[in-house]
Amino acid sequence: MNAIIFSAIMGVVMMFSGILLQKKSAVTTTAIVSLILLLSMNLLDSYSIFSINVDTHDLLHFNKFGLFFNSILIAATLIFVMLCGSDIEKTGVNVADYYALIFFVLCGTSILTSFNGLLMLFLGIEIMSIPLYILTGAEKRNLKSNEASLKYFLMGAFSTGLLLMGIALIYGATGSFSLQVSSTMAVTAGAMPTSFLQIAGLILLFVSMCFKVSAAPFHFWTPDVYDGAPSVFTSFMATVVKAAGFFAFLNLFESNTAILGPSWKILLSFVIVATLLVGNITAVFQQSIKRMLAYSSIAQAGFMLFALYSNNDLAKEGILLYAVAYCLATIGFFAILIKVKDYTFDGFNGLAKAQPVLAFTGVVFLMSLAGIPLTAGFFAKYYMLASVVKSGGSLWIVLVAVLFAAVSVYYYFRVIQSMYFKEGVPEISSITPNFKLGLILVASAVILIGVLPSIVLNWFYF
Amino acid sequence: MIALLLILIPLVAGFCSFGLKQGSSAKNFSLLISIITLVIALFAIGSPTGGSYDSAWLTDLGSRFTLKLDGMGKMLCLLTAVSYPLIFAAVYKNEYKNPASFFGLMLLTQAGLMGVFLAADALLFYFFWELALIPVYFLCSLWGGEKRIAVTFKFFVYTFIGSLLMLVGILYVYFHTADHSFALQSFYKAQLSNHQQSYVFWLFFIAFAIKMPIFPLHTWQPDAYEQAPTATTMVLSGVMVKMGVFAVFRWLLPVFPNAAANNSFVIIILSVIGMLYASLIAIKQDDIKRLIAYSSIAHIGLMCAAMFTNNKAAFDGVMIQMFFHGVNVIGLWIVADLIEKQLGTRKLSELGGLAQKAPAMAILLVVMALANVALPLTNAFIGEFLMFSGLFQYNLFIAAAAGVSIILAAVYTLNMVQSVIYGNLNTVTEKATDISLNVKLVLVIIAITIIVFGVFPQPMIDLTKTSVEALFVKK
Repeated sequence: MNAIIFSAIMGVVMMFSGILLQKKSAVTTTAIVSLILLLSMNLLDSYSIFSINVDTHDLLHFNKFGLFFNSILIAATLIFVMLCGSDIEKTGVNVADYYALIFFVLCGTSILTSFNGLLMLFLGIEIMSIPLYILTGAEKRNLKSNEASLKYFLMGAFSTGLLLMGIALIYGATGSFSLQVSSTMAVTAGAMPTSFLQIAGLILLFVSMCFKVSAAPFHFWTPDVYDGAPSVFTSFMATVVKAAGFFAFLNLFESNTAILGPSWKILLSFVIVATLLVGNITAVFQQSIKRMLAYSSIAQAGFMLFALYSNNDLAKEGILLYAVAYCLATIGFFAILIKVKDYTFDGFNGLAKAQPVLAFTGVVFLMSLAGIPLTAGFFAKYYMLASVVKSGGSLWIVLVAVLFAAVSVYYYFRVIQSMYFKEGVPEISSITPNFKLGLILVASAVILIGVLPSIVLNWFYF
Repeated sequence: MIALLLILIPLVAGFCSFGLKQGSSAKNFSLLISIITLVIALFAIGSPTGGSYDSAWLTDLGSRFTLKLDGMGKMLCLLTAVSYPLIFAAVYKNEYKNPASFFGLMLLTQAGLMGVFLAADALLFYFFWELALIPVYFLCSLWGGEKRIAVTFKFFVYTFIGSLLMLVGILYVYFHTADHSFALQSFYKAQLSNHQQSYVFWLFFIAFAIKMPIFPLHTWQPDAYEQAPTATTMVLSGVMVKMGVFAVFRWLLPVFPNAAANNSFVIIILSVIGMLYASLIAIKQDDIKRLIAYSSIAHIGLMCAAMFTNNKAAFDGVMIQMFFHGVNVIGLWIVADLIEKQLGTRKLSELGGLAQKAPAMAILLVVMALANVALPLTNAFIGEFLMFSGLFQYNLFIAAAAGVSIILAAVYTLNMVQSVIYGNLNTVTEKATDISLNVKLVLVIIAITIIVFGVFPQPMIDLTKTSVEALFVKK
C-alpha cells in the first residue's frame, strides 16, 4: 500500500514544487529525491518492515512478486529521471507538472502490480493512462506531438471501453469482480449458460490488454504515438508503462485461462506470432531510429507474451528479468537517442569517433535488446524460451521466435554499423560527464546481469 | 586452474589492450601475451591429467562454470595457442589504423575460442560460442575490405541464426536431462527417444554446419574470408571453423548417437557435394583469397563427411587434420597477405615470376601448396588418408566421388603456384622483394610442422586417442 499512497502524495508535492522552486534543475532534484523515497518505501513494504495497511475488502492483494515488480518499475523511473532529467527540463515550461504526471503514472502502476479485482485493474489502467495522454502531448507547439496525444487518447478510450464491457460481462456471469471467484467459477461451472458471458468478457479483456501492451493486431497506435511523443516520454512509455501493462496482463490471465480451454493457446499463439512478425519485419524497413525502436518495442512485446503462454514459475522469473533488461537497455538507448539531433540512421554516422562513450554504451544496449549473450537481454530471452520449452510440446513457436530474434539483429546492428563503420559528423547536444558516467553505470549493470542474472532473481527470493 | 588461465589471459589482456597508446606497443603487447598463452597451453598439454576448473555460476539454472581439458580439447587449444603467435608475428610489419583496438579484439576472439574448446557445460559453451563471434564482427567490419559491412553482416546473421537454433536445442536437451543440468556428462546421459533425437539433432547440426561451413550453408564464407582483414581471416579459417568440427565431436555425436547414425548418409552426401562443388569453383577463381576460401570449404567438407562415418581411423584423421589444416591454411593466408600488401593485387592473372624475385617465398609456398594437395610426406596426407579410409569403408562410391576432389585440389593449387611464382615477370611483379625476416620465420616454422608431422604424426594421434576411444565407448 505504501507505493500507492506515497506516489499519489508525491505527485501532489511535485505539482506545488513548480510554484516554490524557481530553477528547473531544483525540480528535477526534488523528483529524484522523491523517487528514492518512494523506492525505499516500496522496499520496506516488500520486506514487511513498514507497511501501511488499509482494508480494501480484498480488492488489492500485496504479494512479494508484485511488490518486487513495482520496485523494478520505480527503480527504472529513477534511472530514467537521472539520465534524462535535463531533457525533461527542455521539453517545455511546466517541468514540475511533468514530474507530477510521472508520479501519477507510478500510482497507476502500483495499483496494477497489486490488483486483485477487475475494478482495481480498471482504476489502475486509467490512472496510469490519463497522465500519459498529457505527457504525449507535452510539446504543445509540435503538431506531431498533438496528433500523437489525440491518437493515443482515442485509442486508449476505445480499449478502455472494451475493458469495461469485458468487466461488465464477467460481472454478469459471476457476480463478482474478484479474480479468484471468476477463475473458480470457470472450473466448476464450465457448462453453465453464463459461461458464454464469461468467455466473451475474457476475450474482451484480452483484446483490451493487447491494446495496452501493443500486441499485434492491436498495435497500430504504437508507432505513431511513440514517434510523435517527445522522446523522453517515449522512453518512459515504452519501458515502465509497458512493463506494468504486462504484469497486469499476466496477473489477470494467470488463473483465468481454464475456461477458454485449448482455444486459449491458439488465440495466444496467433497474437504472439503476429506481434513478432509485425514488429520485426516492419522495424527492418524504418529510416528513423526512433520509429524503429517503436516497432522493436512491439517485437519485444511478442517475446514478453511468452510468459503468458507458458505460465509457469520460470515465466514469472523471466518476466521480472525481461522487465529489468528491457527497461535498462531501452532507457539507456533512448537517453543516447535524445542527445543526437537527427533521428535517422545516417544521423548516427560517425558517432563512435565523436562520442566513444555514447557509442560503446549504445552497443551494449542494442546487444541487450537483440539478446546477445553476456548482456541482460540474453537471459531475458533465455528465460522466456526456456519457460516455453519447459511447458512442453510446442517447440515450433520457439523456433519462430528465435528466427525473429535473428531478424531483430538486422535493425539493431544497423545502428551499430552507422555508429562505428560509417563516416560522418553527428550533431550532438551538450553532454555532461555525469551523463556519461550514468550511461556507463547502466551499461555495466546490463553486462553484470548478463553474466550473473541470479543477482536480480536472488533479490526477489530474498 | 591452468584451463582457466588459457581463457583469462587473453580476455584480460584484450581489454587492457584497448587502453594502450596507439603505435607499436599494442603489437608487442599482444605478441607477448600470445606467446605466454602458448607456453601455458604447452604446459597444460604436457600434464598427463589435463587441466580442469569448476566453480558455481548459475546455480538456479543448473549451469556451472566448468572447464575440462581432454585430448580433443588439448588439440584445439594447442591450435589456438600456436596460431596466434604465428599470426601476430606474420602481420607484425602491417600497419593497422587504431592498432590497440585491433589487437585487443583479436585477443578477445582468442579468449572466446579457448572457451569454446574448454567448456564442459552447454550454457557456458553457448556463451563462448557467441563471445568468439562478436569481436570478429567488429574486426571484419572495421578493418575489412570494400564490401565489408554487408558481407560481415551476412556472416553474423548466418551464425547468429545457427546459434539461436542451437540454443533451442540446448534447452530441449536440458529439460530432458535427469538432473536438469547443463553439464556435459548430464547431456551425454540425457534420455531422448529416436523421434526426439531426429529433430533436435538438426537444431544443433545446422548451427555447426553454418560454422564449418557445409554445403548449402557455406555462402557466407568466401565473401567473409575475402573481405576480412587477413589476420582475421587466418583466425576464421584456421581456428574458428574448427569450432564447428569440434562441436560435432563434443556435443553432437555423443548426445544424439542414433540420430547421427540415421542422418549420416544425408550429411555425407551434402559434404561430398560441397567438396566437389567448392573444388570446381576454386579452379575458376582468379582471386587468391577466394581460391583459398573455396579450397577450405572442400577440406572441411571432407572432415564433416569423415565425422559421420562412425569409423575409428576416420575420427583419428579428423582430429589431427583439424590441427594440421589450421596451421597449413594460416601459412597460405600469410603468403596471400604478403602478395597483396606488396603488389596491391590478389589476381592470379596479374601475377607471375615471383620465384625470380622472392625465392625463399617461392620455396615455402610450394611446401604449403603440396600440403594443401595432401601429398605424402606432408602432414595433411596423414589426416586425409585416414579420413578417406574411413569413408571407403562407409561406402565405396561416395569415397570415389570424394576422391575426385583430391585431383581437383591438385589442379587448383598447382595452378595457383604456377601463376604466382613461375612464368615471366610483368609490370606488377617487377617491384616485388623477398619476404622479411618475421614472415620467413613464421613460414619456416609452418613448413617444418608440415614435414615433421608428415613423417612422424604419431604424437598428435596419441594426443586425441582417449577422446576418440571415448566416442566409441559411448555407443
